[in-house]
Amino acid sequence: MSVVEAASYCDQCGAPATDAGHERCAARRELEPPRFCAECGRRMVVQVTPIGWTARCSRHGELTS
Amino acid sequence: MPDVLTTAREQVLEQGRGLSRQQVLEVLRLPDERLDELLGLAHEVRMSWCGPAVEVEGIISLKTGGCPEDCHFCSQSGLFDSPVRAAWLDVPALVEAAKQTAKTGATEFCIVAAVRGPDARLMAQVAAGIAAIKDELDINIACSLGILTTEQVDELVALGVHRYNHNLETARSHFPNVVTTHSWEERRETLQLVRDSGMELCCGGILGMGESVEQRAEFAADLAELEPHEVPLNFLNPRPGTPLGDADVLPAADALRAIGAFRLALPRTVLRFAGGRELTLGDLGARQGLLGGINAVIVGNYLTTLGRPPESDLDLLAELQMPVKALNATL
Repeated sequence: MSVVEAASYCDQCGAPATDAGHERCAARRELEPPRFCAECGRRMVVQVTPIGWTARCSRHGELTS
Repeated sequence: MPDVLTTAREQVLEQGRGLSRQQVLEVLRLPDERLDELLGLAHEVRMSWCGPAVEVEGIISLKTGGCPEDCHFCSQSGLFDSPVRAAWLDVPALVEAAKQTAKTGATEFCIVAAVRGPDARLMAQVAAGIAAIKDELDINIACSLGILTTEQVDELVALGVHRYNHNLETARSHFPNVVTTHSWEERRETLQLVRDSGMELCCGGILGMGESVEQRAEFAADLAELEPHEVPLNFLNPRPGTPLGDADVLPAADALRAIGAFRLALPRTVLRFAGGRELTLGDLGARQGLLGGINAVIVGNYLTTLGRPPESDLDLLAELQMPVKALNATL
């Protein structure tokens, strides 16, 4: 699954991606793993490791860096 | 009154005696025009009293989120509306993280848990994780598990934990503005237990949490009095949903001034670049910090946020001709 392909929701704040006001989210993304599922907007369980991360949505599975 | 940097050259560089609280305050009040001079002196002090080697460390969150404490800077508090969800790392994943860290050349691997203090389940997980890591790797293991009892300190010593991190976070006078669910004194008690146990003591904090310059000097003096083996210096990265989520990022010049001042207060300490440096200082700041008193880095990612790629820091160290500290060497 790709964050970019299914970006209905912002992976930083969980709001609809089409909403205005995601400038801070875009800036934050450089140093943040995704926090919300881009498909459904659910908060994901995220584990950061020294050189990567995993983010798991209960409905849409796991993303890895 | 003699100039504080002239005094520091004799007192700190030549005699190895750290600056007092009042002297640190004078340094923190130096104008931007004298920042390069300050960083140059701090670098000389670091090279003279610590040497050129840099200690490299990786960190991992063993238990993420759901913390009962209200540290206002922390996205892992269960009391705030933060996007960080609770997670536990299993032992195989912990070992893999240690391997990732060792591959960077790091000699320290710190296991961290977002808790007030460890319960029996967490201590068991830590014990199993350390045993599994030691079976496969030769790396120093540090822990950061919050407030400890004497029995837990003894258990960590028995597990071979090399160093324990417990930050005072900020000046004593500012602490109640940042944390209300436990006291500065409770943290200080754990630090004393760790010191008495023989484990190396790691204690630092976060700059840019609304403290005054006077409180920043107070904090440096608090740490100097404690004489920790290592001081990790973090810079606030405002976390969404936390009480400090809308705080301004510390200006880069203030962060660099603080690095120089803390080095002059703590001439022999391992002074580590930790979280928030990417946001506060950017790529240029990493170089300035390493040439301004810093002699240790956390490489790669942090507990819940991402850092610079390890190779960026390692390449920089090579360029600056600063060798990575070897395992079992002392700084």
